[in-house]
Amino acid sequence: MIETKTLPTQYVSQPGALKTSSGQTVRTDEMIINMGPQHPSTHGVLRLEIVVDGEIIIDVIPHIGYLHRCFEKHAEHMANYQQVIPYCDRLDYCAAINEEHSYVLAVERLLKIEVPERVEYIRVIMAELQRIASHLIAVGTFGIDAGAFTPFLYAFHDRELILSLFEMTCGARLLYNYFWIGGLSHDIPPQFADKAKEFCTYFKPRIKEFNDLLTFNEIFVKRTANVGVLPKDVAINYACSGPMLRGSGVNWDLRRDDPYSVYHKIEWEPKIGKGEMGTVGDVWDRHIVRMREMEESVKIIEQALAALPEGNVQAAIPKRIRPDAGEVYARTETPRGELGFYLISDGTGTPFRLKCRAPAFVNLSVLPEISRGAMIADLVLIAGSTDIVLGQVDR
Amino acid sequence: MTADEIYNSLKAQFGDAIVEAKLDALQPWIVVDPNRTKEIALFLRDEPATQFDSMMCLSGVDYNGGKLGIVYHLFSMVHKHKIVLKAHCTKENPHIQSVSSVWGTANWHEREVFDMYGVVIDEHPDLRRILLPYDWEGHPLRKDYKVPEFYNGMKVPY
Amino acid sequence: MEAFQNLGFWGTLLVTVVLSALPLVFILLYALVTIYLEMKVAAHVQDRLAYMRTGWHGVLQPIADFIKLLQKEDIISSAADRKLFILAPYIVFMGTYGAYAAIPFSSIFIGSNIDLGAFFIVAASSLVVVGILMAGWASNNKWSIFGAVRSAAQMVSYEIPTALAILVGVMITGSLNLQEVTKFQAGGIQDWVIFGGPLPLLQKILITPFTVITFLILFVASLAEVNRTPFDLPEAESELVQGFFTEYSGMRWALFYVAEYANMFLVSAVVVSFFLGGWGSPFGSALSGPIWGLFWFILKGMVLIFLQIWLRWTLPRLRVDQLMYTSWKVLTPFLFVCIICIGLILVL
Repeated sequence: MIETKTLPTQYVSQPGALKTSSGQTVRTDEMIINMGPQHPSTHGVLRLEIVVDGEIIIDVIPHIGYLHRCFEKHAEHMANYQQVIPYCDRLDYCAAINEEHSYVLAVERLLKIEVPERVEYIRVIMAELQRIASHLIAVGTFGIDAGAFTPFLYAFHDRELILSLFEMTCGARLLYNYFWIGGLSHDIPPQFADKAKEFCTYFKPRIKEFNDLLTFNEIFVKRTANVGVLPKDVAINYACSGPMLRGSGVNWDLRRDDPYSVYHKIEWEPKIGKGEMGTVGDVWDRHIVRMREMEESVKIIEQALAALPEGNVQAAIPKRIRPDAGEVYARTETPRGELGFYLISDGTGTPFRLKCRAPAFVNLSVLPEISRGAMIADLVLIAGSTDIVLGQVDR
Repeated sequence: MTADEIYNSLKAQFGDAIVEAKLDALQPWIVVDPNRTKEIALFLRDEPATQFDSMMCLSGVDYNGGKLGIVYHLFSMVHKHKIVLKAHCTKENPHIQSVSSVWGTANWHEREVFDMYGVVIDEHPDLRRILLPYDWEGHPLRKDYKVPEFYNGMKVPY
Repeated sequence: MEAFQNLGFWGTLLVTVVLSALPLVFILLYALVTIYLEMKVAAHVQDRLAYMRTGWHGVLQPIADFIKLLQKEDIISSAADRKLFILAPYIVFMGTYGAYAAIPFSSIFIGSNIDLGAFFIVAASSLVVVGILMAGWASNNKWSIFGAVRSAAQMVSYEIPTALAILVGVMITGSLNLQEVTKFQAGGIQDWVIFGGPLPLLQKILITPFTVITFLILFVASLAEVNRTPFDLPEAESELVQGFFTEYSGMRWALFYVAEYANMFLVSAVVVSFFLGGWGSPFGSALSGPIWGLFWFILKGMVLIFLQIWLRWTLPRLRVDQLMYTSWKVLTPFLFVCIICIGLILVL
């Protein structure tokens, strides 16, 4: 028989003896409880150290880094600039294409090269398809956080169709390595345009169905309205971006306001939260912004497919990429917000310094601000509505 | 405002604290005194002409040769102009003032710089390691960093 | 039971044991069927297939699951309160199973034909709360405590609307004995209490809106009693990760699971007995009789269970304060209104 050892249970005898990791004293009627790293609602290996009074949250201290993979250190030790692209994919495995887009944009700006127009259009189509796929995961898992399991599978069913489109293009379903510096790894296959149009036609009614099932469900609205309100000024001060920022009613989208690629040639508009069910900037607003952004993405894809020019998919770039010494900060609008790459080149064939400004990292840093005073069940929803991907937070 | 105008107004306000500038770069940058970053940041945020209300990015850099630095990418959502600030320090005396009271987002970024480069951020409210374990030794993104043989009895290189 | 009076002590004991074991056999068989049903309904709600490989459309899967659970290692964490930890699942199951004694499965089969039947069911099933609290406490896990305390608060709160709704049934049928209650509604679908029972026409028309409301409230409250979505806070997978039975594994966990499913049928049985005519045939005397009675009773129960499953896979979950709000500020006041109106109509 295996001997079992009884562990000594530690009791805190004196008030004030228990402290949180950031040094605050815990009162005797409060309790520290760890949500994660193994917890289904932290969307990965995030640990939230919560100080609770009953079910009411007094403070939240996020602990991150469980998934740290030294992306920035790796980038400095690659053999060339191209080798970094697959690592970018793995930052945000739910929206890999958007990560590549940001990185190749940074290198192209440093090299001062123009890519062919066809490449720009294909990039936009792919980025928007990926945005839909990523938002589907976001709203699906958000449904699970709220206790509704079924919408998740509806979302995954549709995401599967998008992944098939990617598979058809570059063979990979999750991590693509598709955007290359100066172009793309492959041209799109001939039947891609028809399949993508077919998907757009199919997907529009699905968004409505999803809204009926989850977004406007009475219980769901009751759970999410007026919860986790992120005011406009706090959102800007914490540099929140993407649906977090727009959910707070700030009309801001890098695709329009700091244009890159061919977004300025396409008609669409950013969607913002208006506080329809409660306060501006609550969890429901962030959810509806994602739902409406998917509709906009469908519009963008349809227009880009119609305007897709013929041509080459690779610009003329030097075989060995050696940008002049200099630095650049390039940012794009990913499904989670502003993804920036700060790239310093010292004239050699590898990046001297590559800093990744991860939107999920920044959006997560505002979590303690907006979850004080909420309940544990709300915290799950607030964390879900920030739509973090821990691969990106921890890099 | 153009980078020149921003530089001139900073120079007029702070004089010596503005160390250096390169205004013809792809993205113009200004080097400032590492001990006065907070007041400069506050000025840039609150001055109506500049209004840098959003900090896009804050990155630590090891420039080789014993020089460390922090790079602040600032952006104004009102005027839609950008500027890059830099603050440099030495490896022997790695101290830079915190700007987390000016931009909330700087809090975690500065913790990351401390974690990766060992730059001590003065006046930071909660300066702990963020991505690496609390008992990790060394600051891995420094160019002279050597990977340790063992971490808590586990062999690190494989 | 009357047929077995002259068997002596040992004979009576044997008959008692066999008869009281019958619901247990029923519970086990029913749990297998319902687990299968739950998975299949969930899958079809979610546009997928669920089990397809173990037997025809996966019908053998619940049995395979059961065997798997039997073989699993029984883990008791070293910091747990061992005695309470082991005892808790039995108490939970006991509370549920005890209540089956007063459930009339058919005109000839009822565990114990006591006059306080409804009262006994409410009382016995509240023993479940004790077991759940015990499980949460003994696990020595903060999340489990959360689950247990939530569960206790929820079950105690929802006992009130449940008991009041049963009271409405008692007022109309005039009996706490479930067998009597069922016989009162024996005249077919138009005599069910949900449609006012076999009262004079005027009274029946006046009373029907209130009985329908009471029926709906009882159904909602029963969902909360058995911790099903939208009231599954004690388990709340995305918040508490199974709540009070996080630390349980193998057969102990299975016991909780079976108790939960047994509880689902129990509350459905109470709803069926009071409002849907119990074992009575919907067609009056046609297709009635002891065996048909059993059939109708289980069929009605399963229809309600199907509804529970359907709701579970459609709705999100409420929050703790909203849960309490629903109970105390919505269901209970509505029931008071129903009770007063029904009382007035009955004395007309």
